[in-house]
Amino acid sequence: MRILLVFCFALLAGATLSAQPDIEKKIQTQLILAEDGDVVTLPAGTITLTNTLWLDEKRRVVVKGAGEDKTILSFKNQTQGAEGFKVTNSSEITLKDFTIEDAKGDIIKTQQVSGLILQNITARWTGKPKKTNGSYALYPVQCSRVIIDHCTAIGASDAGIYVGQSDSVWVRNCIAFHNVAGIEIENTTNAWVYDNQAYNNTGGILIFDLPDLPKKRGGHVRVYRNAVTKNNFRNFAPKGNIVGKVPPGTGIMVLATHDVEIYNNTILDNKTASTAVISYYITENPIKDKAYIPYPSGISIHDNKYSTGKRMPTWKNKMGFLFWLKFGRRVPHVLYDGIQNPDYLNPDGSVRPEHRICVRNNINGTFANLKADKKFKGISRDLQPYDCTIPQ
Amino acid sequence: MLMVVTGWQVALPDEAAPKNLLSEYGFFKGPLANMQPAEQVFPYEVNAPLFSDYAEKARFIALPAGQKMTYHPDQAFEFPVGAVLIKNFYFYHEAAHPEKGRRILETRLLIKEEKGWKALEYLWNDEQTDAVLEVAGASFPFQWVDAGGKSQSIQYIAPNLNQCKGCHSYDGKFVPLGATARQLNRAVDASNHAENQLVYWNKAGWLDLPADFDAAAAPRLADYRHPAESPANPAFSDPLTASARAYLDANCGHCHNAHGPASTSGMFLDIFETNPERLGVNKTPVAAGRGSGNRRFGIVPGKPQESILVYRMENGEPGVRMPELGRQLEHREGVELIKNWIRQMHP
Repeated sequence: MRILLVFCFALLAGATLSAQPDIEKKIQTQLILAEDGDVVTLPAGTITLTNTLWLDEKRRVVVKGAGEDKTILSFKNQTQGAEGFKVTNSSEITLKDFTIEDAKGDIIKTQQVSGLILQNITARWTGKPKKTNGSYALYPVQCSRVIIDHCTAIGASDAGIYVGQSDSVWVRNCIAFHNVAGIEIENTTNAWVYDNQAYNNTGGILIFDLPDLPKKRGGHVRVYRNAVTKNNFRNFAPKGNIVGKVPPGTGIMVLATHDVEIYNNTILDNKTASTAVISYYITENPIKDKAYIPYPSGISIHDNKYSTGKRMPTWKNKMGFLFWLKFGRRVPHVLYDGIQNPDYLNPDGSVRPEHRICVRNNINGTFANLKADKKFKGISRDLQPYDCTIPQ
Repeated sequence: MLMVVTGWQVALPDEAAPKNLLSEYGFFKGPLANMQPAEQVFPYEVNAPLFSDYAEKARFIALPAGQKMTYHPDQAFEFPVGAVLIKNFYFYHEAAHPEKGRRILETRLLIKEEKGWKALEYLWNDEQTDAVLEVAGASFPFQWVDAGGKSQSIQYIAPNLNQCKGCHSYDGKFVPLGATARQLNRAVDASNHAENQLVYWNKAGWLDLPADFDAAAAPRLADYRHPAESPANPAFSDPLTASARAYLDANCGHCHNAHGPASTSGMFLDIFETNPERLGVNKTPVAAGRGSGNRRFGIVPGKPQESILVYRMENGEPGVRMPELGRQLEHREGVELIKNWIRQMHP
């Protein structure tokens, strides 16, 4: 009897071992052959994969796991491909109900997809956050009509949820922690970021416009009802990447983007810059892209709740150190670098209404114009010139 | 395998079903492994090959009887429906001794259909008598002795059909890569005498070449493997730049151009790019992540060891290495060429 049992067990073990590559091949084959309207089901269990799973040129396909805690796609042993899951040149695609982890590059990358839903997905790097983790956990780029809902992103050495060069995007009900950037919206238009929790990242939510990209201009971004707390994690981004310059202790940062409204957020215990509005000049990177506008404009920050009490800014970053020099342990909540685009001014020197920076009605919100264009001399704490609204 | 093949046929009910065996197409006469082209099948050579872990490639074009390719100066040639591009991947058992025989691993077909190009992948059997259709790709250990006499072993990867398109993509549509004027405009040994490949095909009735075609003035990539024999390139005054740009065009430019999958990066490495910033000179990375290798710019003039481009060419890790697909080993000669090119750039 015992011999029989041992034999059965050996058979079972053998079956499990040899089944692994078969499952990978089966899933990839299903993805290649999926037809309009198909649902591809990922089985429950931990599935070890060696190569990118890839969906290309499909319409109306759903890829569905048995649940975030039941289907786990692990790329710990990945030998091929730069992503975990990739979707390209497709429309009306839904990925949902699974966990996906430890890809060598990005975890889920979608490019040229129109109509994308990512829902109930945990995308993470396991273990301590480190610079050898991949860049992005969830990474739609050059996509339109994107919904990222109830997803969790952990451990990205760049951004947990990163939407780049896209249009019409909702990021909602998501959780991001232990990333360099929790949520980042870059060169993307019409993005709503709401009801998310970004905590224990280096920076919570970043809204960036960068030069040298095919999609030139982001903007029309709404960031509301988010909990952006304790984003004081060390910056573990590899050098060369723009997020490597984000100081630990950053809540929300707007870099060179046009038309951004930040309201009704709770922005608590971010020690260096609870909310920063800055131009690309602050990065000290060269700008050679002639079509690029390096200034933020049309920024409205209102009705947010900030924390009381003292905050010691980081010393591990030039900006953080400068803040400590200027403000000690009481860094203002809303920081504006004050670098003004001369093209945005009226003849009398005032800023044209659509390009204003407006800061009003925030709970506990203190403010400083850093006068970075004047070598940080004559920093102004006066909020009165920024008590405005932006005409719609 | 049977399931896979059946699935594929179901997926394409309105088209000619792919054949299960390579031999069924009749591209070659005699034993398949000898690759003796049949009627309407002829070999082609490229100026600047894509590096694929030191694999050798035997390339052929099959045209339907009485049909021709149409010349285009800077995009892929037009092919008639039914045309097939055939690429066979093999290794000599010992790279320094081709006479000791070779192992053919895979044959990739690009078939021109009404709707566009379709890729098919065939894996050769151990007996080297035939190759079998494979949809989802394959991976197996493979060993050979390299040109330096050193034993090399890799996990050989035959791509799945999506991976084919990972490179063969222009605005999201499947395109051939090697069938361009700049790749094919070269001297070949045609019927035992040297002749321009395109001119020869024109005479043979396989290619529709403009009447005023001038091989010397037409686009041409330098043969980076044999720079000394490569004729002067009208677009680049110095031979090193001509070789380096040809290398980048063939190995990177298919993705890194404004219409390719790497357009997101803003770094364009195709032969037509003239803006130094877009080529990567003092350009910060966009989404490179750890692929930056802690370096700040794509290309730092004069300093190959500070250039991200070189880091990613030298690295073998998935997620860092470039190209993303089709390479595991470092292409030492290619890296050396790009380093030399960057070294002589003026800061």
